[in-house]
Amino acid sequence: MKKNLKGRIALIIAVLVIFIYGIFGTPSGLSGSALLGSITKRIHLGLDLQGGAHLILQVQVIEAVSAETDDAAGRIQQDLKAAKLTYSQVIKPDPKKPETIAVQGIAPGKATDVRSILDSKYSNEYDVSGGTDNNFTLTMKPSVEQALEKKTVQQAIETIRDRVDTLGVSEPVIQEYGLGDNQILVELPGVEDLDRVKSLIQETARLEIHPVVGGPFGDEQAALASVGGAVPPDQMMIHGSGALATGSDADSVYILQRVPVVAGSDFRSADPGTSENGLRDVRFTLTNEAGDKFYEYTSGNVGKAMAVVLGGRVREVANIKSAIRDSGEIEGSFSTDEVEALSKMLRTGALPASLIYLEDRTVGASLGADSIKEGVTAAVVGVLLVMGFMLIYYRGSGINADLALFLNLVILLGFMGFSGATLTLPGIAGVILTIGMGVDSNVLIFERIREEVRAGKAPSAAVEQGFAHAWVTIIDTHVTTIVSAAILFLFGTGPVKGFAVTLTFGLAANLFTAVYVSRVIFEAHLNKLQPGELVSI
Amino acid sequence: MELFRSVNVDWLGKKWYFLGFSLIFSIAGIVSMSMHWAKIGSPVPLGVDFRGGTQIQVQFNQSPDINKIRQAMDASGIRDSSIQPIRNVDQASSNDVLISLPEQTNESSLDAGREQIMDALRAHYDSTLGTQNIRNVTVVGPTVGRQLEKQAGLATLYSMAGMLVYLWFRFQLIYGVAAVVACFHDTLITVGFFALTNQEISLTVIAAILTLIGYSMNDTIVVFDRIRENLRLSRREALPDVVNRSINQTLSRTVLTSGLTFITVLSLYVFGGQVLRGFSFALVVGILIGTYSSIAVAAPMLVAWQDWRASKGKDVVLPAAKRPKVG
Repeated sequence: MKKNLKGRIALIIAVLVIFIYGIFGTPSGLSGSALLGSITKRIHLGLDLQGGAHLILQVQVIEAVSAETDDAAGRIQQDLKAAKLTYSQVIKPDPKKPETIAVQGIAPGKATDVRSILDSKYSNEYDVSGGTDNNFTLTMKPSVEQALEKKTVQQAIETIRDRVDTLGVSEPVIQEYGLGDNQILVELPGVEDLDRVKSLIQETARLEIHPVVGGPFGDEQAALASVGGAVPPDQMMIHGSGALATGSDADSVYILQRVPVVAGSDFRSADPGTSENGLRDVRFTLTNEAGDKFYEYTSGNVGKAMAVVLGGRVREVANIKSAIRDSGEIEGSFSTDEVEALSKMLRTGALPASLIYLEDRTVGASLGADSIKEGVTAAVVGVLLVMGFMLIYYRGSGINADLALFLNLVILLGFMGFSGATLTLPGIAGVILTIGMGVDSNVLIFERIREEVRAGKAPSAAVEQGFAHAWVTIIDTHVTTIVSAAILFLFGTGPVKGFAVTLTFGLAANLFTAVYVSRVIFEAHLNKLQPGELVSI
Repeated sequence: MELFRSVNVDWLGKKWYFLGFSLIFSIAGIVSMSMHWAKIGSPVPLGVDFRGGTQIQVQFNQSPDINKIRQAMDASGIRDSSIQPIRNVDQASSNDVLISLPEQTNESSLDAGREQIMDALRAHYDSTLGTQNIRNVTVVGPTVGRQLEKQAGLATLYSMAGMLVYLWFRFQLIYGVAAVVACFHDTLITVGFFALTNQEISLTVIAAILTLIGYSMNDTIVVFDRIRENLRLSRREALPDVVNRSINQTLSRTVLTSGLTFITVLSLYVFGGQVLRGFSFALVVGILIGTYSSIAVAAPMLVAWQDWRASKGKDVVLPAAKRPKVG
């Protein structure tokens, strides 16, 4: 009784062809190097194999919250002034709690009026409390704060992406990372010189224009003395270069109003240029809304000083000569690079908050190349040893197992090519482990067939029984291993994830090769057996 | 070729030896872990992934002189750095050196470490060093280190819990419990080996331990499957005999598979390079222990549990005959 295997063999060959295509794609040639080239094009290599930088950043979202409340505090003052309601100050009482604004010293008897203004304009974002002692406290609602934090992280991701794009890194990964800790993962394949990249990414370039209260002072003590020993809550102390025009590096200290007139997101465009004095400058245009605000401020404060604050330092101080609406220039002791970079940053948008690095891993391309070499050597040695052993131990059936193993590897690699999953060094280890564990299915089946043959069964019955019994065990063993690999995938990071991927797909492919393909090869072998001849196992 | 034909070993009769063997290794591991705990505050030396800090792998142009590198570090005032040469198992020597700085307490100084090390090396050791010599830099802040530590622990727990549930569903609860105890035994001994040999546990080692849990579970399931099958066939046989027979019937497969997997892992250990050293070490140890535990821990537990239930006069759950009373 011979079985017709043509359909099944055709399926196996089709699978083989499809996955070989998955590995190589359509190669440019058939020479070794052309094939190798197409493999590396199809299969994504992880950072640990091709070299590159892996960074985890944390967005200091608290700064965005603080900027938002600064802005709100400014608007509250305007609203109260417009309604002719007097107050002594609108401040943020506790620097550690940037979500809180205090309106203090309102005129007795006017609490209801103030309350109705605050309720009508700010109660969507803030919880308004107090009122009995001529003070009100506004606290940003937690839901609003969370939404703001989320938005800040998204903005930071977009900004980082824009900046990384200017570097021309191929296939960078920039995404949210971890669970709600405002972390961002940045992966830059092929980047080894981290310093430049890091400063580019991290440069907050929060360019803000603040009204100057006092300065420059020679040091912090002098600055503090000018404000009576302590900086009032609505002002801040910031360092700057001494004589800005001459570019001297001497320290100097300014006292500025905390609330900026113009902030990072108010810029519409920015270009490098040269000023009338022959100095390098950045010409900027503001958005309409910010332009109106700027006009209102500058027209009312002609002759007063404004400070351009960049990256937490005063970069330029200028007197307001006349009202400015929506365009201006920032002139200072900039280098050409700085002017270029500053314009680029203003254009791509400033980061909404500063970033700190939590983790940074760089793998040099040479180590990556070594890792590939070592991983591939280990894999080849492993495969050859296992295949050789199977041939010796199971004779004819060893060929069967070896074919199945080979197909197993082809499917696994082809899958890597199709899916765009990343092959990492632990991923190569996963491939190697698949060889060892994949051959287990064959061993289980073969041992079982041997048992059945020993029990005196005819070849075809022995094969039938062997597969049937081993199948149950194979399912159980595969499921448990895939469970642990899936958990690794969920919890692991980069390289470890790559391991989970290859192990899972290797074992899934193994179900097909060790059971289906092996079975077909056995059947083909049985078809050729003469009556009374035994299976070569 | 056949290695094991009709083996007939009384495995359960050797359970006291097994228990002794397991105890010796577990206790040695635990003792070593507590010594580490007393010294460094964690049961095993932690890699930079978990402990945080800076690690930089530099490839020198010539064979490096560790003492001179140490002097260069001291001269630049870099304290508590650890300097170790690294090479592959199959290499006699290499130009690679791993320099580590301990954890920085705050994230803002993370970057400083790498610069300091390179500056110190350039100033006091070899002025030709450049970015091309930096093979690998890992800087992990305390926040991420703690996160990873928690994740690794959770992953291991979830993985065991997932398998317990699967085995409960496919077999019975006691099978799941026995298999998980065996896995725990393997994990303990493998981690104990890391403590004993003073090797660092990194993220990839955790991956290896999870793989090992899956692998040890595999081995146990193969034996359990056979026990279940034999229990269905011969309900009159005593459980210890069924278990012994099942182990013997699957022994050939167990030894072959473990042997073959061991070969591949060994080739990974020898040829896979230093990046995977810890990973392959964990697997080399784990595969041996995992194979041993399915025979020597998981299967005897089934019998011990059955005996315990019988001695309490409760119903037997595994449907084999009660063990005949001796005497």
